[in-house]
Amino acid sequence: MDNVIRRRTVGARLARAALYAVLLLAALFYLLPLAVMLITSLKPLAEITPGTLLSLPREPTLAPWAKAWGEACTGMRCEGVGVYFFNSIAIVVPAVLISTIIGALNGYALTKWRFKGSELVFALMLFGCFIPFQVVLLPMAQTLGWLGLSSSRAGLILVHVVFGIAFTTLFFRNFYVAVPTELVSAAKLDGAGFFRIFWRILLPVSAPIIVVSVIWQFTQIWNDFLFGVAFSAHDTQPVTVALNNLVNTSTGVREYNVDMAAAMIAALPTLIVYVLAGKYFVRGLTAGSVKG
Amino acid sequence: MSLSSYAAQPATGPGSRRSRSGPLQAWLPKLVLAPSVAISLCFVYGFMLWTFILSLTNSRMLPSYDFVGFAQYARLMANDRWWVASTNLVLFGGLFVAICLALGLLLAILLDQRIRQEGALRTLYLYPMALSFIVTGVVWKWLLNPGLGIQAMVRGWGFENFRFDWLVDPDMAVYTLVIAAVWQASGFVMALFLAGLRGVDDSILKAAQLDGASLPRIYWRVVIPCLRPVVFSAVMILSHIAIKSFDLVVALTGGGPGYASDLPATFMYAHAFTRAQIGLGSASAMLMLGGVLAILIPYLYSELRNRRHG
Repeated sequence: MDNVIRRRTVGARLARAALYAVLLLAALFYLLPLAVMLITSLKPLAEITPGTLLSLPREPTLAPWAKAWGEACTGMRCEGVGVYFFNSIAIVVPAVLISTIIGALNGYALTKWRFKGSELVFALMLFGCFIPFQVVLLPMAQTLGWLGLSSSRAGLILVHVVFGIAFTTLFFRNFYVAVPTELVSAAKLDGAGFFRIFWRILLPVSAPIIVVSVIWQFTQIWNDFLFGVAFSAHDTQPVTVALNNLVNTSTGVREYNVDMAAAMIAALPTLIVYVLAGKYFVRGLTAGSVKG
Repeated sequence: MSLSSYAAQPATGPGSRRSRSGPLQAWLPKLVLAPSVAISLCFVYGFMLWTFILSLTNSRMLPSYDFVGFAQYARLMANDRWWVASTNLVLFGGLFVAICLALGLLLAILLDQRIRQEGALRTLYLYPMALSFIVTGVVWKWLLNPGLGIQAMVRGWGFENFRFDWLVDPDMAVYTLVIAAVWQASGFVMALFLAGLRGVDDSILKAAQLDGASLPRIYWRVVIPCLRPVVFSAVMILSHIAIKSFDLVVALTGGGPGYASDLPATFMYAHAFTRAQIGLGSASAMLMLGGVLAILIPYLYSELRNRRHG
């Protein structure tokens, strides 16, 4: 928009300075927690209580990180959050891949092979984006028990796939609607089949939406706590649950530096994704959130 | 998007007749969709129904199927803790949505003034959205800890009487949830508004400027009204986040002090999973669903109407 104050009068300059001041103040508000988290995680415990939030570490140390990773006590056991970090990876990777593949095929079938009632099918599936998950927790717990998947990583993968499909289908469906149907019709005339058309025509143009879907699912599943805490046992906990247990352990001295290091460890994967692929992250956020 | 333009259906179109494995090809799309449809029917609709049925029983530690009608709902209505949780949700949700909207709109308008380093600022404002609510809760718990966090810092600057102990104050704990949640989600609202602002037609603005309208007036009278659909989407998303808020409460306040900062989501979890009150927990989950539907249905209705008109 072209409504900038142009004339360089004193008033305009002051207004401009105020504008930047407000924006920088806001930036500080958003940065403060990250800065505090990082600074605290690098301080030895002795510096924490006497110091203040923003005082830089006098003797910076990575010991809190090492302790958070390998020794800190989460609940009963003292093996750090590293184990749970890998649990999260073991859950996230298959769940993201499976839900994205299913979403892609669904979106393709719903847009390029429309049949009577396909809009209804889409609406039916879309509802899964909106429900508060509390409403499925108890039946899910029982079903996982019947399937012999209680407290297992496979069970958590299943849960994330089941409730992720609604989102991934939505992404791919909205993306494929814009892909010219003539291409598909022509291929059909040439006798190409369902999967061949998907493989040769749709998939090659899908890179942007695959990225959005993967980032969205990755962030959602990595950051999940509710399913993790409801459906995992000690061995299979994701890192968010372990972090919460670590911070809320009531035994011993509170080691805030270790807590903050663990929080950083739990936050890093999604932060890295955000920094590397922020554009797609925002796109996923808006696409996923505008509808759910 | 008109449905009729896609009316050529594979089963009757020329393509499928010529393809090699005729009937299978015609069924393939439905076969591919079938598992997802089955999953939705079972895991979403079936489970909702199941929870509803549980909410009509006297299930405690384990699900039982002795039906007691709406007794669990009556118990819920008589439960003090549920009322605290519901009131908190109204307070928390209302403030969270209102502040996010105001802050997001303000930042978007300010960022829209051809700011240097706009990209960097945008990135900074939005990054909290990438974090888990658990991380957010843990960090803010540390910042709001009266003995070590912001209160201690400000006192260290010489303001000995400064008090900011909301986290441990039963009357104020719910507002700490607002602070942390606003921190996390307002950047996202800013991004929505910024996209909306960039979509406002320049010619309308030029015309307003030629008429001699001042900048604030242009925003108030011309630009902000154009953003109504964005406001609508944002309200819908934010209230959805508010109703589902669980992790943040667990990590930041643990629902405490006592149950002063409980929300329905934590109430449900506590009763269904740790207090062996499955029936009561199910009833509270159904009421949460009702809350989501109350927001969702008007939203979908207007979306569909816009689509038909546009």
